[in-house]
Amino acid sequence: MKIGYYPGCTLKTKAKNLEDAAIKSMAALGYEMVELDRWNCCGAVYSLADDDLVHFLAPVRDLIRAHDQGFDKVVTLCSMCYNTLARANLLMRDDEVKRDALNDFMEEENDYKGEVEVVHLLNFIRDEIGWDKLRDAVKVPLEGLNFAPYYGCTLTRPEEVGIDSPKDPVVFQAFIEAIGGNIVDFPASQTCCGSYQIISNPEAAKATTLEILTSASDAKADALVLSCPLCEYNIGRRQDEIIKGNDKLENLPTFYFTQLLAIALGLPIEDLKLELNTNSTKAFLEQKGLPALA
Amino acid sequence: MSDTAVVTEEVQEVKAEMVPVYIMGKRYDVPNSLTIMKAMEYAGYQYIRGAGCRGGVCGACATVYRLPGDYHIRVGLACQTVVEPNMYLTQIPFFPANRAVYDWENIKGEAEEVFQAYPELFRCLACNACTKVCPMDVPVMDYVAAIKRGDLEKAAELSFDCIQCGLCATRCMAEMAQYHIAQMVRRINGKFIAPHSEHCHKQVEAIKSGYYTDKIKEVMELGTVDPFDDSTKTDKIDKLIELYKARETEPHTAVEDWKPESDFALLK
Amino acid sequence: MPVILSDRTIDLDFIRKLEDISGQPLKTCMQCGTCAAVCPMDESTDMTPRKLIHLAQLGLHDAVMNSNMAWICASCHTCEVRCPRGIDIPKLMEALRLLILRKNENFIEPFEISDEAFEELPQIAMVSAFRKHTA
Repeated sequence: MKIGYYPGCTLKTKAKNLEDAAIKSMAALGYEMVELDRWNCCGAVYSLADDDLVHFLAPVRDLIRAHDQGFDKVVTLCSMCYNTLARANLLMRDDEVKRDALNDFMEEENDYKGEVEVVHLLNFIRDEIGWDKLRDAVKVPLEGLNFAPYYGCTLTRPEEVGIDSPKDPVVFQAFIEAIGGNIVDFPASQTCCGSYQIISNPEAAKATTLEILTSASDAKADALVLSCPLCEYNIGRRQDEIIKGNDKLENLPTFYFTQLLAIALGLPIEDLKLELNTNSTKAFLEQKGLPALA
Repeated sequence: MSDTAVVTEEVQEVKAEMVPVYIMGKRYDVPNSLTIMKAMEYAGYQYIRGAGCRGGVCGACATVYRLPGDYHIRVGLACQTVVEPNMYLTQIPFFPANRAVYDWENIKGEAEEVFQAYPELFRCLACNACTKVCPMDVPVMDYVAAIKRGDLEKAAELSFDCIQCGLCATRCMAEMAQYHIAQMVRRINGKFIAPHSEHCHKQVEAIKSGYYTDKIKEVMELGTVDPFDDSTKTDKIDKLIELYKARETEPHTAVEDWKPESDFALLK
Repeated sequence: MPVILSDRTIDLDFIRKLEDISGQPLKTCMQCGTCAAVCPMDESTDMTPRKLIHLAQLGLHDAVMNSNMAWICASCHTCEVRCPRGIDIPKLMEALRLLILRKNENFIEPFEISDEAFEELPQIAMVSAFRKHTA
């Protein structure tokens, strides 16, 4: 079955591992992720000003492309893209005045009123495949490994676009459980990693990232599971710098959820694009003898 | 329409229809068949810059205009666009656009190098004003989107028709100079991504090695004629024509994979 | 910090602008402090969202605009989902930033980011930072 897919810019470069593992895994599960023929950067953040319209052009154009291509659903992987597209979609569906203004301004595009549904891959798996079926498809259950699901911000907040309840989300845990891993609940699973503040106020971002690492480590996590390339940058790629001089913390491997899915489905190591992961992540897999064919 | 002039018994005086145009706010009546560039010259403007090839490829004569009763900003190249009645126009010979300085010898051909050189490209809002204003119908917004995702090959392909007129930069809400970014991308594409044309390299090597030096001298000698001695002139020119005709050329009916008999076929 | 309030310290126009851009009625806030308790950037800000909103309710333009709160905010919406009064606090922060950005003043300069950082940064970092912090 074919599903419409919006990748987002970072998944074509720094987070190719998030994308490749997803496409290969979904293929193994019988779904072909069809990338939109034409798309642009969604803007990564949703505009929060009531009197603003121009910042909605980018995400709405992407939704128009998905609609024009005949998709009634568009699947995303990156948390930031998911949030931005899903919120823009709600705006186009529910706010008639802004919808008309945006459609009028984009006279070169077809009119759009929120017909396409924006779905994060975790929810697609939950709703279209189901955890039981996923469990059956797993060839290499990740038994004995303690995974801490890190939601971050944009997967669950604000509530109207959250892939699950912002106060008590379970979808990530259900995913980890289905692929055979142990779930590590840790208090900072929804604490912001600092996001774009890594550019503007890097010290502030590092402080909150340290809190996340400490929380996961205290909860005895073997690894963090992520869905956002900016979280991966802040928590994974910058980790050495953050834990430097902190004798309580050791390196914590970081995976995209799609990579764990690929491992569990018994896909070959090339599909994980591990060269884009941190050294501690690679070392962790090696030590556990993963990925291994069933 | 026939190229052949029809000779009539009486030569009729054809009077061009005059139309009003507004150049930088001032009205001029100009013949309706003129291009904007010729109309401006007709009106007395002298081009010191803002005119180049006059053939629609150099991008020096970007022109912005409006028509009565229409809010759209319209654009065209002054040398290509024919005047319309009540056109309200100005020419934009130059618009400030920063060009990044990069050391080409040390460029590795990565998208990150474009990001470093032009970080402002991440400010793109996908408003599409750039595409709307492009006189060459380049999908500017789409090539910026391609650069943002690191797909330099696609961006190079999409921006191929760009003539660097700079109109995109005049309209950009994100204040970038798209065409300079695209140029860097096309350079990277040419050096690192697109297949190299081996025959071109071979020709360059052949020239460097002196393969053509004597032959060129021979041809140049044939081209040096005495204007007062018609006999030498004819001989030499006949020889030159003979050489020219003997050269190997791609036949009109050639298929795509046609190759010359020799890599050095330009001069046998 | 003692604040003396008078008709001269209350900037009604500031309150109106903030409410217009954010779409959030400032007076709805009852100062419970939930936002202050959940804000992940609390170590780096010079005041809590609660206090910032209080100063804004009082129309104290300079005190509000001099705070770094809106610029440290990462729009994570933790406060928004917890606010018992349903105030979208990230929208207030956006409005405060826009009061500056709309005057064409940048908070960060894209060309000041180091070449080394560009080697590593994901594109969404630049896109989001420039959207939130450049004019």
